[in-house]
Amino acid sequence: MTAPLKHAVQLPAERVRTISFNEASARTRVGLLLDAGSFVEFIGPEKREVSPHLKIFDLPEQFDDGIVVGRGRLDATPVFVAAQEGRFMGGAFGEVHGAKLTGLLRAAREIKSMPVLILLDTGGVRLQEANAGELAIAEIMRAVMEARTAGVKVIGLIGGRSGCYGGGGLIAGCCSALAVSETGRIAVSGPEVIETNRGFEEFDSRDRALVWRTMGGKHRRLLGAADVFTDDTVQGFRDAALELLGLVGAFGGDKLKAEQVRLADRIRRFGTCEDAVDIWAAEGIAHAESVPDLPADQFISLANKIGRTSRDAR
Amino acid sequence: MEDLSFQHRARERAGGTRQTAIIGVVASGNLEVLVERILPNAECRLEIKTAAAGFGEVWNAVIVDFVERYSPGGLKFSINDGGARPDTVSLRLAQAVRLIEEDGQ
Repeated sequence: MTAPLKHAVQLPAERVRTISFNEASARTRVGLLLDAGSFVEFIGPEKREVSPHLKIFDLPEQFDDGIVVGRGRLDATPVFVAAQEGRFMGGAFGEVHGAKLTGLLRAAREIKSMPVLILLDTGGVRLQEANAGELAIAEIMRAVMEARTAGVKVIGLIGGRSGCYGGGGLIAGCCSALAVSETGRIAVSGPEVIETNRGFEEFDSRDRALVWRTMGGKHRRLLGAADVFTDDTVQGFRDAALELLGLVGAFGGDKLKAEQVRLADRIRRFGTCEDAVDIWAAEGIAHAESVPDLPADQFISLANKIGRTSRDAR
Repeated sequence: MEDLSFQHRARERAGGTRQTAIIGVVASGNLEVLVERILPNAECRLEIKTAAAGFGEVWNAVIVDFVERYSPGGLKFSINDGGARPDTVSLRLAQAVRLIEEDGQ
């Protein structure tokens, strides 16, 4: 083995940001998404605020309980940021994990002027933590809405390997706006949960193409759940976050009413569709069946032409 | 879960000025290493919580090799292990030293 390098070659931030967002760890995502060197972590791993529940199950802990929270700058604008580590217990919300995000959102509510970026990468509640995990989801949803009511923009960035499921899907639904990549799936019940409860005929969780076209980023963008679709790079998510911070307007009761109308309209138009492809065809997309194969740049121009947005709602 | 602890003398102090660094995640076949510069210059300590019990001898062999190769004097390593193979452990330990040898905080 060769001797360890004493000094790594410093690459320009733009070049480093071409790496896959999906494959990067939560820490790498945060470090590269923000302006170089600007991230300051709150309750870092050296504080060892680990889960109080996992040892009961003889399960390994992680020093940050699977979520990195802190502040930094995005193109010079101060922001709060939270990133879930999707590889630690599927990015699931436990008591400490959830409390770190709740605390960050409450800080944003008090300060009012700093947006919050949430890099969701989660299967939902950590079931070993049961009610504590469920309560965490409820507290986070309330904290998101309180922060938004105080004028804070809360942006969800979804492109991790665990997707955004369960309570994570509910939190995503509370955000001011979402950006998503192709692999960033968004739903509440995941494929295996649906199959377990409703049967193989309802949803075949092993049919990857079905999973992706039903819950994947392209479908979420075309339906308007996500306002921006990006290629799977850290730079893509950085650009998407900046774009969304520019798009998100004021929040109030009118927005919530508009969101209710948008969702009611969606179920009225597409409620009888059997498959996502039927929805795309109903939206007037020629060769709807080819959407899953479109490269990111072609898909983005299609989505910008035909896809819905929730810009006036949410 | 099994807790293991190793204490070694190191030839020299680890370079750089950073006080802490962290690398890796706790997942199947993976581990996280938190390293802190909190010990006297000639000492090195490793504290391990592992999901795979009964591998103390293998850990000892990996760590003796690591201390000999990198001389991580002054460093305390805290490890949460999800059942990583010895080569992955060696890699993460080397990455942790590499990170804390950077300049900065």
